[in-house]
Amino acid sequence: MKLTRLAAAAVAASLAAGPALADLVFPSLSYRTGAYAAGGIPFADGYADYFTLLNERDGGIGGVKAKVIECETAYNTEKGVECYEATKGEGALVYQPLSTGITYQLIPKVTEDDIPMHTMGYGRTSAANGKVFSHVFNYPGTYWDGASIIVKHLLEINGGDLSGKKLALVYHNSAYGKEPIRTLEELSKKHGYELTLLAVDHPGQEQKSQWLQIRRERPDYVLMWGWGVMNQVAVQEAANIRFPMENFIGVWWSGSENDVLPAGDAANGYKALAMHGTGMDYPIYEDLKAHVYDKGRAAGAGDQIGTVLYSRGMYAAMLAAEAARTAQDLHGTADITAAMMRDGMEALEITEERMTELGLPGFGPSFKVTCENHGGPGVGMIQQWDASAKEWNLITGFIESDDSVIEPLVQEDSMAYAKENNIELRCE
Amino acid sequence: MFYREAGDFKTSYAEDAQTFPIKFDRYRYYFVMAVGLAILPFAVNDYWANAVFVPFLIWSIAAIGLNILVGYCGQVSLGTGGFMAVGAYAAYKLMTSFPDLNIVFVVILAGFVTAAVGVLFGLPSLRIKGFYLAVATLAAQFFLVWLFNRVPWFYNYSASGQISAPERTVFGFPVTGAATAPWAQYAICLGFVVVLAWVARNLTRGTLGRTWMAIRDMDIAAEIIGVNPLKAKLSAFAVSSFFIGVAGALFFAVYLGAVEVGEAFGIQKSFLALFMIIIGGLGSIFGAFAGAAFMVLFPVLLKNVLVGGLGWPTDLAAHLELMIVGGLIIFVLIAEPHGIAALWRTIKEKLRLWPFPH
Amino acid sequence: MPEQLIFATEVALNGLMTGVLYSLVALGFVLIFKASGIFNYSQGVLALFAALTLVGFQDGQVPFSHLINATFGTEIHGFGFELPAIIAIVLTLGVMVLLAILIEKLVLKHLVNQEPIILFMATIGLAYFLEGLGDIMWGSDIKNLDVGLPQGISPVIDTVTYEWFGYGFFIDKLDIVATVIAAILVISLTLFSQYSKQGRALRAVADDHQAALSVGVSLRFIWVLVWSIAGLVALVAGIMWGTKSGVQFSLSLIALKALPVLMLGGFTSIPGAIVGGLIIGVGEKLFEFTVGPMVGGATENWFAYVLALVFLVFRPQGLFGEKIIERV
Repeated sequence: MKLTRLAAAAVAASLAAGPALADLVFPSLSYRTGAYAAGGIPFADGYADYFTLLNERDGGIGGVKAKVIECETAYNTEKGVECYEATKGEGALVYQPLSTGITYQLIPKVTEDDIPMHTMGYGRTSAANGKVFSHVFNYPGTYWDGASIIVKHLLEINGGDLSGKKLALVYHNSAYGKEPIRTLEELSKKHGYELTLLAVDHPGQEQKSQWLQIRRERPDYVLMWGWGVMNQVAVQEAANIRFPMENFIGVWWSGSENDVLPAGDAANGYKALAMHGTGMDYPIYEDLKAHVYDKGRAAGAGDQIGTVLYSRGMYAAMLAAEAARTAQDLHGTADITAAMMRDGMEALEITEERMTELGLPGFGPSFKVTCENHGGPGVGMIQQWDASAKEWNLITGFIESDDSVIEPLVQEDSMAYAKENNIELRCE
Repeated sequence: MFYREAGDFKTSYAEDAQTFPIKFDRYRYYFVMAVGLAILPFAVNDYWANAVFVPFLIWSIAAIGLNILVGYCGQVSLGTGGFMAVGAYAAYKLMTSFPDLNIVFVVILAGFVTAAVGVLFGLPSLRIKGFYLAVATLAAQFFLVWLFNRVPWFYNYSASGQISAPERTVFGFPVTGAATAPWAQYAICLGFVVVLAWVARNLTRGTLGRTWMAIRDMDIAAEIIGVNPLKAKLSAFAVSSFFIGVAGALFFAVYLGAVEVGEAFGIQKSFLALFMIIIGGLGSIFGAFAGAAFMVLFPVLLKNVLVGGLGWPTDLAAHLELMIVGGLIIFVLIAEPHGIAALWRTIKEKLRLWPFPH
Repeated sequence: MPEQLIFATEVALNGLMTGVLYSLVALGFVLIFKASGIFNYSQGVLALFAALTLVGFQDGQVPFSHLINATFGTEIHGFGFELPAIIAIVLTLGVMVLLAILIEKLVLKHLVNQEPIILFMATIGLAYFLEGLGDIMWGSDIKNLDVGLPQGISPVIDTVTYEWFGYGFFIDKLDIVATVIAAILVISLTLFSQYSKQGRALRAVADDHQAALSVGVSLRFIWVLVWSIAGLVALVAGIMWGTKSGVQFSLSLIALKALPVLMLGGFTSIPGAIVGGLIIGVGEKLFEFTVGPMVGGATENWFAYVLALVFLVFRPQGLFGEKIIERV
């Protein structure tokens, strides 16, 4: 017990030293270590760099400086709790936990503490129902949208008919990986394809069995919900069994440079979902270069610029900044609180003109968040890997998901949650 | 000077057999209890409860449980994470199936469920010994995690396989769910810790504890003097799993609120618990507390000093934290292989003689 | 042959190949356990560390560059040259030997005569330390490892089996190479321990520390030796797995794959590690193939352990372990 008190005193001392300025605080629960570091680093860099740009170029958001507090979670739930508790007292406006586990854990907490949470393309899909989940947002698209978008893309390729086709889903055996199963099953009833499920246990270093099965059963298409080392191994194994890469489609978390580079040329043609553009062909990079990179203010090692996950971090930061701006307009004050931020997120509208203004024309979809719908439009694109040029190319425009299938699923799951936790419906 | 038995006369057997025979120890114990019970509940805020005290208290329970098995009975187990998962999922199923059942009973029942599972996986210990047993308990770890991930019944067929704790109250105060006040979280964990530590202390110095220790020291010799190894080993597995199950239930319901089995109860947790009791001291209740404090508080402290205090980049700090924790573990093992509890004993010996050298 | 049987044969063959890799990692454990009674959990992290160092040398990375940049505000990343694979491998081996010496001097020397569990815990502490060190030296992003090993389906086996069975087997060229290298490594290690002077000393130490000391075998030298060999084994394992998935943190988890192999084969037996690896490799793949679809798959992680557990109940010292004799 002696040790406890000693440690407690030291923690107290170091906590008291923390700054308390009236900035707009955007905590970044990042993971630059651990099994998923390769995914966490570029996202955190992109997130931080965008806010640095706003501070350097525009003097912040609406005249108030933005401050990114980074806290390392190592993708670990308990560290996530610690980070949440440590940062929320500093006036955190919005949380982006970038981990399914931490998201689930924070959903009741943020609602209680009146702080919004944005889980962009991950987390609890049914949180799209704003009637039940007042503080959770997952625009512009969810996993179930993603699954539906892939199927739509396949429909397009096959002239609108998938009956008799065989689809296989290779998924990470966790909450995250299991997300699309229900949607794909519902869609298979509608479109008449056959679905094979192949679970890969954490971490996914060894997938021989799964890929031998794919080789035997020769599905027409393989879908993948993977993360971390599982992605690299899957792409490599697919190449090894000479599975046609253009028939292999990953979710947006299985479609970064990290996932395809280890396989080299063999990964050529691999497809993945994209919820936003990638690469450095956007005007914003000129500003970033002038105000951030050249001044040596880039976050991290500065070697992730322009990658898919860097773009995603930047996109998340952009949406957060826009929501903050909306909140400032809405409440007529530049110094917004987390509760105002929530209102701003709920009233967020992203238009094509605004994106162009921000130097990101066509980067993401234009959409409008409403009280009922926190999930955005549910659109996404398909990108394809070009191994010789080492870059991702978008091969479709925005594809809309099949709302008639997804909407009932969202309703069902969110209502079950509402019932279990005695939540009263909003927006009525 | 103050710390000695001289003048502290015992006039009854009960007094002679008490846990803290030295007056100074007793007062220290009362003092810690008073601070824990009367002062801290009013002082904790969200950060202190969630980042420091609640995990510390819950891990203390798990460490005491594992210490019973490893430290007192000598059966090395790496299945702690899996058994904690059993406690958590049992608590979840009980909470959702019987919404009116008080959470305290839910946690206790979850402990009993875990005890039953523990006995089942303890059966091989009758044949397998030492490291072979340690690795064999990993079978429990991996199998249980897979099972909870795989069978939808355990997570009530929810779409994602996560379980989350609904709100439950004790005396009208919520102790699980989001509306829980930090002091309530702290208080319920403290309640369990105090009661369970008392139970463990008295079990380990009674008949049962002695049979465990006999098995630990040499099982064949113990068998010859009439200790039934079947009973001793399985009872150790049962009691230990009960504690770990309670810890798992609290970990899920009170601390995290929502868990995913592979992430929250993975093999890292098994190692963490084993570290706690080895750093703290095998075969010592105090050691379990000291080890839990070391392994839970130290990384938090280090992170705050490196990132908050010195302003280092978070990734460097995290890497350095790993190196420091790893290095310190080795250092502690070299300096005092019997853990912090042994260090404490040495200090006590010194204190008893002080200020005289002999 | 019926179709299912052909498939099962293919699965079993692939299992055998995977099993060889498991054996290789397990071998690292066995060597250290035999020579010092230490159950070396850090073997997996050693593999990660070796692979990281190898890639670092190949790409001419400056070690600790991130730390240096953060501390002094500089912008160094690489030396600007790339080393050929063979030189990088030799340099990495040098680092592994250096590491072995340091581990012996700083850790093992001070822990002589401690209980096995304390030693085990010390190696976990070591694993934490090396994990942090590897990250801080070389960074924690994914690195591509290419030392020129072939990858992909072997066309020869594909065509030959197609002629035989009407179904071409899939065998990864990398697995074939891995099997050959592992076999060479195992044979040379066996020869080394049977016929060389150091090998005899190693076996003497394994038999009885005190007796070996009394005839003049240096215990400390033997320890450095086995840890260096373990470093070599780790490097080979790191290259094999790293070629497939890139070098990243998950590489350290292969240690968990080796543990059931050890249980099965016995902690002290080199042939045990090899046979155990093969049994686990084939067993888990066949189980996933036959029973997996019925229970929802992803059984490989726990099946190996349960299989080993069942074996142990009948043979508590593992397949080839020394008979446990207990006296009062």
